[in-house]
Amino acid sequence: MIGLEHYLTVAATLFVIGIFGLFLNRKNVIILLMSIELMLLAVNINLVAFSSFLGDLVGQVFTLFVLTVAAAEAAIGLAILVCFFRNRGTIAVEDINVMKG
Amino acid sequence: MIQADLSIILPEIVLAVYAMLALLAAVYTSKDKLGPLLVWSTGGLMVVLAAWIATKASGTHVAFGGMFVDDGFARFAKVAILLSAAAVLVMSQDYMSRRGLLRFEYPLLVALAAVGMMMMVSAGDLMALYMGLELQSLALYVVAALRRDSVKSTEAGLKYFVLGALSSGLLLYGASLVYGFSGTTLFSGIIETAKHGEVTIGLLFGLIFLISGLAFKVSAVPFHMWTPDVYEGSPTPVTAFFATAPKMAAMGLFARVMHDAFGLAVQDWSQVIALLALLSMFLGAVAAIGQRDIKRLMAFSSIAHMGYAMMGLAAGTQFGVQALLVYMAIYVTMNVGTFAFILMMEKDGKPVTDITMLNGYARREPAKALAMLVLLFSLAGVPPMLGFFGKLYVLRAAYDAGLAWLAIAGVIASVIGAFYYLRIVYYMYFGDEGEELDSNNQPILWGFLMASAAVMLLGIINMFGVEGAAAAAAATLVN
Repeated sequence: MIGLEHYLTVAATLFVIGIFGLFLNRKNVIILLMSIELMLLAVNINLVAFSSFLGDLVGQVFTLFVLTVAAAEAAIGLAILVCFFRNRGTIAVEDINVMKG
Repeated sequence: MIQADLSIILPEIVLAVYAMLALLAAVYTSKDKLGPLLVWSTGGLMVVLAAWIATKASGTHVAFGGMFVDDGFARFAKVAILLSAAAVLVMSQDYMSRRGLLRFEYPLLVALAAVGMMMMVSAGDLMALYMGLELQSLALYVVAALRRDSVKSTEAGLKYFVLGALSSGLLLYGASLVYGFSGTTLFSGIIETAKHGEVTIGLLFGLIFLISGLAFKVSAVPFHMWTPDVYEGSPTPVTAFFATAPKMAAMGLFARVMHDAFGLAVQDWSQVIALLALLSMFLGAVAAIGQRDIKRLMAFSSIAHMGYAMMGLAAGTQFGVQALLVYMAIYVTMNVGTFAFILMMEKDGKPVTDITMLNGYARREPAKALAMLVLLFSLAGVPPMLGFFGKLYVLRAAYDAGLAWLAIAGVIASVIGAFYYLRIVYYMYFGDEGEELDSNNQPILWGFLMASAAVMLLGIINMFGVEGAAAAAAATLVN
């Protein structure tokens, strides 16, 4: 029988993979966007699992909001990325270094 | 029923509908030529809304089944947010017009961000919190990258976006855990679960994730990495905006979540926030010493100031919230004046941010240098200025709540931090004669600089009534 704990474990694992993807990735900004998406989807699994476990619909409504906002967020992220690429000619993570200190 | 709800959120609706209609109007007519007009109309509308909210009937109103709370605390924060956003908008008009930066989207994005901020400080539910926060953040990512043809500005936008999205993810994960372990997303329901016995370990986990996400938004150490880069890379008027209204909103949201949803478990979060406050104060004081760029310096300054404001939150008392509100109101006023000065720093019509360029400034522009001196002393917390009384408030709140060690650390950090403010004063008054900055006295910027400096001096008489308003606001949040 698959219980709440299994869903929470999967969600926690995905969330941690997302965070590691953000911090360990040195190659491409697109991978950062994918990692962010992974984190948000992990949250969605959490919310749906809790919602079903509690027999309460609010969690699923929350999921719909998160999905919508995630789409808007990805759109804005890609738009900024395109602007950055036009100026810098690269989207490698290690090249985002004009400012530091 | 729905009419009663809608009438409570009318100010937000007015601002949101205005932003959307103005966007349509600008797209279908003369586009960027409407920029200056939209700046003034948006600023004007914000001031009108602030006056309306300030004079609106008192008392606590709840809309949409508790999702939206309109109480004294929210009204105080909204007035501060709207007034500072309007001030920064109006200040930026000339600077941006001359550089061809004044796209018509800018004032509208600021207006939409302001709607998000108003939503944040009124949130009574995890969903309302998240939607408000994202509405604000998404608008801010775009304005950070407003100068599309500059590597620095787009890089600032990109960094802000990636780290902001990470913080939203953390916050959301915390929200999902809080929902799961308390069975509701309403703050009024979450506080009920804490009432019956201990806070469960799952709820505690959620609380910690929530705090981390919010700490990102107020740029508290160790979640501050984005602040210096975003402040330096964004166009200066945008930096001025980042340093004022969003900070007020994020602090308001922080206090709202902690007291409305976890107000019965103060001992569970007070130590965490005290630690964040301690780290922020010291990092802000120490890291700014090596900075030569005034925008980066202001970034570390704002990190340190957020540390002091969080000291009031860490106290976990009603007086603590009052101290937080007073401190934030003073902080926002000081920053408006300081950025008015930074916006006037130009050489041959190009913006300059190097502080060594201020050498000998006082001999050429005594009035402006004196006003800046007052503001810098106030930022550092030197006694006769208002900034000192803000610090005194939060220190007292922390001391009364038994956090004497935090109060002592705060005093030490403020002494260290005074160094870099005073160094700017030194450059202005005793520096060697060097390259001269342009002497442009733009009346609007000049007015804001002088008004802000005057407030820092005259405010010590009665703080213009902010004290009483903050006390009333704090009383509605903590009981």
